[in-house]
Amino acid sequence: MAFRNYILVCGGTACESSKADAIYEALMAECNAQGVSEEVQIVKTGCFGFCEQGPIVKILPEDSFYVQVKPEDAQELIAEHVVKGREVKRLLYSKDPVKRHAKVEDIKFYQKQYRIVLRNCGFIDPENIEEYIAREGYAALEKVLFSMSKEDVIEELKTAGLRGRGGAGFPTWMKWNFTKQAASEEKFIVCNADEGDPGAYMDRSTLEGDPHSVLEAMTIAGHTVGAQKGLIYIRAEYPLAIHRLEIAMKQAREYGLLGTDILGSGFDFDIEIRLGAGAFVCGEETALLASIEGRRGMPVPRPPFPAVKGLWGKPTVINNVETWANIPVIIIKGGDWFSQIGTQDSHGTKVFALTGKIRNSGLVEVPMGTTLREIIYDIGGGIAHDKAFKAVQTGGPSGGVITKDYLDTPIDFGSLSKLGSMMGSGGMIVMDEDDCIVDVVKFYLNFSVDESCGKCSPCRIGGRSLANLLEKITKGNGEMADIDRMREIGEAMKKASLCALGQTAPNPILSTLHYFRDEYLAHIIDKKCPAGKCKSLITYSINPEKCIGCTACARKCPVGAISGERRAVHKIDPAACIKCGVCFEVCKFGAVDVR
Amino acid sequence: MAKMTLEELRKLRDTKKVEIQKRDISGKDSQIIIGMGTCGIAAGAKVVLDAFLKELDTHHIENVSVTQTGCMGLCYVEPTVEVLSPGMPPVIYGKVDANVARLIIEEHIMHSRMVSEHVFDRPSTDIIKDGGK
Repeated sequence: MAFRNYILVCGGTACESSKADAIYEALMAECNAQGVSEEVQIVKTGCFGFCEQGPIVKILPEDSFYVQVKPEDAQELIAEHVVKGREVKRLLYSKDPVKRHAKVEDIKFYQKQYRIVLRNCGFIDPENIEEYIAREGYAALEKVLFSMSKEDVIEELKTAGLRGRGGAGFPTWMKWNFTKQAASEEKFIVCNADEGDPGAYMDRSTLEGDPHSVLEAMTIAGHTVGAQKGLIYIRAEYPLAIHRLEIAMKQAREYGLLGTDILGSGFDFDIEIRLGAGAFVCGEETALLASIEGRRGMPVPRPPFPAVKGLWGKPTVINNVETWANIPVIIIKGGDWFSQIGTQDSHGTKVFALTGKIRNSGLVEVPMGTTLREIIYDIGGGIAHDKAFKAVQTGGPSGGVITKDYLDTPIDFGSLSKLGSMMGSGGMIVMDEDDCIVDVVKFYLNFSVDESCGKCSPCRIGGRSLANLLEKITKGNGEMADIDRMREIGEAMKKASLCALGQTAPNPILSTLHYFRDEYLAHIIDKKCPAGKCKSLITYSINPEKCIGCTACARKCPVGAISGERRAVHKIDPAACIKCGVCFEVCKFGAVDVR
Repeated sequence: MAKMTLEELRKLRDTKKVEIQKRDISGKDSQIIIGMGTCGIAAGAKVVLDAFLKELDTHHIENVSVTQTGCMGLCYVEPTVEVLSPGMPPVIYGKVDANVARLIIEEHIMHSRMVSEHVFDRPSTDIIKDGGK
């Protein structure tokens, strides 16, 4: 499926009679002449059902619909459309009857993506090991077991410059190397599949779509660092991913790719699944290891790092699902290949779960260095319902927001932290003009407060204090001093918290205080919520000039707060109003004002 | 399957590679691949799978395989289905329900006409086949 363009030539009877064959031949000849025959596939298809304008040529992915095409037009079609990417306007049919919903925006969805981690997702049957094998599956393991030294593997990862995809971006080769060098009889390999950011589902999809890539990578790590046992720590809320992992592990054992004497090499390695009970903090590596050991999931200070002293005190390599899924490709294609993708600071690709007020929500994988604008507007198709873009939140509860002034920033580990946000595991939530920044921040902060393990006081007490201050502001009781207080507490949490959860929990507040100070001021000074989200700060009223007295709002109001006779102007009783917004939604005349 | 040796793995890979590549080139058989991650299933992919099997049965079509795969990433138009059939470009259909499944069989598979209202994208660049950029 490596073709850049598909040219569909109508092969229906009607078009056949008007020289479709000659057009097909001419297009073929032009592709050869202009040197693009490798990039284009020309196919004869069935009738497009538009015979009066035939012969018809359709070019994908742009979905350009050319009508009344003659063999002489082939040269121009290939030279302009395929080579230069410009549509040949004179042949285009504007009211394309076939096009309808296949909008150009939709078609762009995959074009800017580059899929390394998701190479098999949505392509192979994840429950059939043979399909994975057919797609170079276990070829990397083969290479590692029989033709590479352990040092070569580390060196390859170093050349590749792969950095951990769980959020922190620590160089993977260093982790592996620490564990490799640590002297111990027993070592462990752990896969962190405890994905918990609200709105993030990259790891779940990878495990559901391509479980063997993770198993293969873990086995490679086992061989490289000298471990014989791997554990996958996965949330119990991911039943399908667990099910598919279990099938994959069973098949790998049957085929001799897991277990004793793998492929006759004498190397033994096996993997077990451990279920997490859904505590967000267990995504932090030391808490995760504690949880596997059967203890309460609480982080411990590092160093010592798990690479040296991890599970049951033994050296442990712990990587995130997405990091693992990159490994087999790096081994097969080489570190040099990988290092050419992305930016100076961050190599390879990143998977994002694109959600929120976006037209095409989805799972996207792009080379590092792609701009936010390309992700949101080209891949995501822009903001839903043609609303105005407000901000994009990356890094989940640990990240910050990025405003429209920074949409052209190429995304990598460094650029996002410079903007006060972070890469995180890859959640990307788009907000529009209807979202209240203070309200959104309150949501994230409450999430972090709920998920704090409570061990260290900066996180436990600081988080709660910040949440209280935000609550106060959204209730309309905020004071100017609260802004400084929030910043002070936030900075203290960043410095003094024990693990990343507490250190990053204030990020949403700190970054929005910077970029959306106006909105905080509107809440504190004007006692208004510009987006109309914070219930205590808005009032519903009826505009007497627009109300025609249809009674629609009064009939729908759940608390009977609206009074008024038929064909007379209605009135909302502010004391009874619960600000549910039903009247606003049902009014067909735009007579309900929200202020 | 008993445990494999290195040679057996290589042999298996070569055989399977040919089979899986049939999807890309004009082989004889068509394939219908349904995205069945949690997302797809939640949006109704199981119903769609059943509908495809039923329609193939109704029309006595035997050279079409129906398989499942993971998430294709097009969350906004789940359930998604990829259809590969000879003489047609690979197509991803979105917002597929039992009725659209019937249309895909009757139009795309039986008459080589795309169900244009539901065409969303073609698969992305494949790094395994490409050997990189």
